[in-house]
Amino acid sequence: MQLVENLKPHLAKNNIIFAQSLGLCPALAVSNTGLNAFVMGLLTLLVLVLSSSLISMIRSFVPHQARIPIFIVVIAGFVSLVDLFMQGYFYEQYKLIGLFIPLIVVNCAILASAETMASKSDLITSFVQSTLAGVGFTFAITLIGLLREILGSLSVFGFKLIELNGILIFMTPAGAFLALGIILAIINAFKERENDY
Amino acid sequence: MTDFLILLLTGIFVNNFVLAKFLGLCPFLGTSNNSNSSTGMSLAVIFVLTFASFTTYVVNSLILKPFELEFLQTLVFILIIASFVQFIEMLLKKYFITLYQALGIFLPLITTNCAVLGVALLNSSKNNSLFEATTFGFAAGCGFALALVILTSIRENLHDFNLPNAFKGNAIVFITIGILAMGFMGFQLIGK
Repeated sequence: MQLVENLKPHLAKNNIIFAQSLGLCPALAVSNTGLNAFVMGLLTLLVLVLSSSLISMIRSFVPHQARIPIFIVVIAGFVSLVDLFMQGYFYEQYKLIGLFIPLIVVNCAILASAETMASKSDLITSFVQSTLAGVGFTFAITLIGLLREILGSLSVFGFKLIELNGILIFMTPAGAFLALGIILAIINAFKERENDY
Repeated sequence: MTDFLILLLTGIFVNNFVLAKFLGLCPFLGTSNNSNSSTGMSLAVIFVLTFASFTTYVVNSLILKPFELEFLQTLVFILIIASFVQFIEMLLKKYFITLYQALGIFLPLITTNCAVLGVALLNSSKNNSLFEATTFGFAAGCGFALALVILTSIRENLHDFNLPNAFKGNAIVFITIGILAMGFMGFQLIGK
């Protein structure tokens, strides 16, 4: 139960995408279907947890001036691992996400978590915190993906709901921005209602 | 010359890096709230993208490809970009102090701009030549700068409007970018 309570703020109020506006590139680029978005979320979660844990373990050996390059090398190492894993075992899915898997390296959410959290806390704290933040990221990106898929092609995770064409604009880059804008506005409206009571 | 122009125009308008490929969104949002920071960021991005695509091309074709180390691309590219940005920072500080002051904090931040790594990886996957790679980098930078300048001027005018509360902040900015992206979609017909 404690875990559920801890997870709650990461889903909306402190969410990486919705509240901190970090990691936007993959959130918009790979969210054209629910499945793609979910896979991308899982991969980011994996890299985030692995690199935060390792950085937290090595934090006492890292000289302060050289920390950013060292963090980036750790993250890039794990990203290469994930990249090769996807290429080897899930090639079809790899082709769909493509360029954005190596670009997890420059997902600012991961570097930000390394800098602000993992480099200062012990292994267990940083493992738990990064897992929570990563689940929040996966949730947010899947939500954007599902919204775009439902509006754009009237289907959920590849299953057609109605045999009609959707609002095609939501499958294009422009639609990604609109979808995220709409979700943010809805979250704001809920927040405001909470404050009123 | 025609090749150069075609590459340049497709890079800027048809495949605009921010609006059509979603690369470099974090600095795009972060610096578009006032025109000073957006000018600094645009200049810094054009500069770094052009030279970083040149450098990564050279390293990729002279070191990684002959030794079949292409699986190390991500790691090597990000290190090159990080050290290259650092090098430019020192160079500018020593010889072009005015430019250095104009770019300010934005220069070091470019390392984590995914547009830079994106250009390097795209160049390598498309097997571009040295000339194509550098032009592509320059065009991508100009496209980023154009989109950033447009968005900044729109955002500065947005302050004067009485928006519904829910749309204040980032929500309206994303919707603005969405409409801007729709406009740029019109250019895609040029390539066909």
